[in-house]
Amino acid sequence: MAKHETPLLDELESGPWPSFVSDIKQEAEVRAKNEKGIDFQIPADACDDLLGLLELSFKDGTTHWKHGGIVGVFGYGGGIIGRYSDKPKDFPGCSSFHTVRVAQPGAKYYTTEFLRQLMDLWQLRGSGLTNMHGSTGDIVLLGTTTPQLEEIFYTLTHEMDQDLGGSGSNLRTPADCIGQSRCEYACYDTQELCYFLTMMYQDELHRPAFPYKFKFKFDGCPNGCVASMARSDLSFIGTWKDQIQVDQAEVALYVDGTTPANAGSHSGRDWGAFDIQAEVVDLCPTDCMSYVDGELKIYDKECTRCMHCINVMPKALKIGKQRGVSMLAGAKAPIVDGAQMGTLVVPFLEIDQTMNKQLADFDTEEEWMEYLEEKYEALTEVIEAVWDYWMEEGKNRERLGELMIRQGLQRFLEKIGQEPQAVHVDHPRTNPYIFWKEEEVEGGWDRDINEYRKHHAR
Amino acid sequence: MAFISSGYDPEKPMEGRITDIGPKHYDQFYPEVIKKNKGKWSHHEILEPGVLVHVAESGDEVFTVRCGGARLMSATHIQEICDIADKHCDGKLRFTTRNNIEFMVDSKDKVDALKADLSQRKFPGGSYKFPIGGTGAGISNIVHTQGWIHCHTPATDASGTVKATMDEVFSDFQDHRLPAKLKISMACCLNMCGAVHCSDIAILGYHRKPPILDHEYLDKVCEVPLAVASCPTAAIKPAKVELANGETVNSVAVRDERCMYCGNCYTMCPSMPLSDKEGDGIVLMAGGKVSNRISAPKFSKVVVAFLPNETPRWPSMTNAINKMIEEYAKGARKYERFGDWTDRIGWERFFDVCELDFTHHLIDDFRDAAYQSWRQTTQFKF
Repeated sequence: MAKHETPLLDELESGPWPSFVSDIKQEAEVRAKNEKGIDFQIPADACDDLLGLLELSFKDGTTHWKHGGIVGVFGYGGGIIGRYSDKPKDFPGCSSFHTVRVAQPGAKYYTTEFLRQLMDLWQLRGSGLTNMHGSTGDIVLLGTTTPQLEEIFYTLTHEMDQDLGGSGSNLRTPADCIGQSRCEYACYDTQELCYFLTMMYQDELHRPAFPYKFKFKFDGCPNGCVASMARSDLSFIGTWKDQIQVDQAEVALYVDGTTPANAGSHSGRDWGAFDIQAEVVDLCPTDCMSYVDGELKIYDKECTRCMHCINVMPKALKIGKQRGVSMLAGAKAPIVDGAQMGTLVVPFLEIDQTMNKQLADFDTEEEWMEYLEEKYEALTEVIEAVWDYWMEEGKNRERLGELMIRQGLQRFLEKIGQEPQAVHVDHPRTNPYIFWKEEEVEGGWDRDINEYRKHHAR
Repeated sequence: MAFISSGYDPEKPMEGRITDIGPKHYDQFYPEVIKKNKGKWSHHEILEPGVLVHVAESGDEVFTVRCGGARLMSATHIQEICDIADKHCDGKLRFTTRNNIEFMVDSKDKVDALKADLSQRKFPGGSYKFPIGGTGAGISNIVHTQGWIHCHTPATDASGTVKATMDEVFSDFQDHRLPAKLKISMACCLNMCGAVHCSDIAILGYHRKPPILDHEYLDKVCEVPLAVASCPTAAIKPAKVELANGETVNSVAVRDERCMYCGNCYTMCPSMPLSDKEGDGIVLMAGGKVSNRISAPKFSKVVVAFLPNETPRWPSMTNAINKMIEEYAKGARKYERFGDWTDRIGWERFFDVCELDFTHHLIDDFRDAAYQSWRQTTQFKF
């Protein structure tokens, strides 16, 4: 028997999509029955009270969580989001309901052994509710009390070799797309780079030292499966510099209908027979392709690597062999000065394709990390230059993208050692309000009005 | 309940403390076929909605079955996911960047049993626990936020709006009939945690009333300059206020006509709450994307200025979303994302075919950039 009546939430149990209400009720029942005999470290009825509180919000049309909440573990300045209900007497089971962010593994691959161990810990010391996963990437353990935080952290680190994620004005938990683990488009090993930088910058992640939050995300190609250029201050997007590899025999199999276009992604509707001219050549944004006499030609010099042709014919067209990343900076949500997407700041940093050793090839993780430091040295130099600049110049709670707007792209490029190039802009400026550096102008700016008057009477 | 120690000694908090170890290394979580063929994939195919095959250069294949997840899920549900992975997938699984669950098997003959197992699992209320889908030119999961379940600044609920929407568009989760993939996302306030600013269709919680000032406490719990600096439209200034008891306190004043209810001051200052049953509701946005395919990434644009919070199923909201999806499905060409379609036909035609009201709220008036969104041409459609 449920503790609270939830007539509004009950309506969200019907319909085909997995019902979070049914699932929370299921956990409430598991806790009430407690067949495993767990000595719950937070109230056994936490899930019942959460449903009761949520029902009240559905009725009142407003949240019932108090503002803010500052809790954590010693040694770190973030990782836990404190939360207290504003109805502690009516719903004591969730009066304290803190969130623990747990660092997720690359591309969110798991063993059941790991997940079971984590869930055993969470059913003992928390609500038994989670988010899989937070938008930034973390495993989110939803709802526990303050005295349990150190206990959870102790078990995580001592028994599971597992750390917290980030929160606050620091480097947040980096996240990656599935990358080379299961995608033929991946131009670099997103998991490797994501893991390497996460480990390299653990201090920046756990102890806030920045003007505001800062996020990394890693996309293997411009399709953007982890949305790095919309959702990270520094976005790493895989690309290539040489030619798209074309297999003409496989192209023919698309043309004659043997292989489904776009890997079968449009199979739910009759779009007619595949038309390579209409669906590929004519849709190319730079018009750099032709299909004549059964041969597909790509004028690669004019290709902007948008991925469309490769997406449509994945068996016939492959990414190039000279691979690396483009770096884009400054993406953020609207607050305060408006939303931004990442701006291209480093067009191409090559990643050495001959350096592809795995952790298993080394005796220790330290040796592997040293190898990666060398492999990604050019990249970490840019990251650290960005941080040096922003940490010095960024105002309180100013995202990198806002600093770039306030001080200009020129200054940003100068600070990270990038020569300005036409690829840095969508188009050149339209206004003529052009700043010059004094040293660029012959004779400098120190001028004498009396000298001027010798040639120009008042 | 009796307190159970993990081994942590609160008397010596720093003793034996382990820090800065980061996440687990991915390598130990890969299925064998993934580990073996990483970086050597040749191509892939979507066999049917929710089922993919990736073929390696070695000829090895991995079959992936993608299932919807509610994101907010219980330990019991995760344990059930583990049971499935133990039974069919050698104890391995993964989650996607849109919070779906992917089960992988290394041969085709294992797919049918896995699919049959997943399809028959339902909650007592009747909803599927693991609906198969979310691939290709359809609608996948909705990236969303905390809402009333855990956040202090929302203007609507996340899990509720998402469940209501996914039930409405469920057939497109299991189909490939659209011109291109259609990503829906949701955020319960305009902090826009997640992907609202860059999605084909986006649900956004919004307030419509300025903050209520708790003058008696404000200076005690807020850093006034932070609250002043938090306002995008400079509606807040420091002020001295006389309380009813005659005491004068430091506080702030808000110029209501400059406030557009973003709530960022409340984020910074607990004495400026603004949530409100009638005032709060939903903004709908459309036309954003993050991929660079054909067209550049785009921001989503506001297309519905306000819909009320109609708990528990938000029918006005889901009706508007359904109408937009149907008109897009009808009008867009193959491979056109939602924003590519609206850009081609023109926004005036979009409002026309989707039968959405165009009101003054939709015209940008935020700083210099607003001008760029007005129409500086004689080209328009009647």
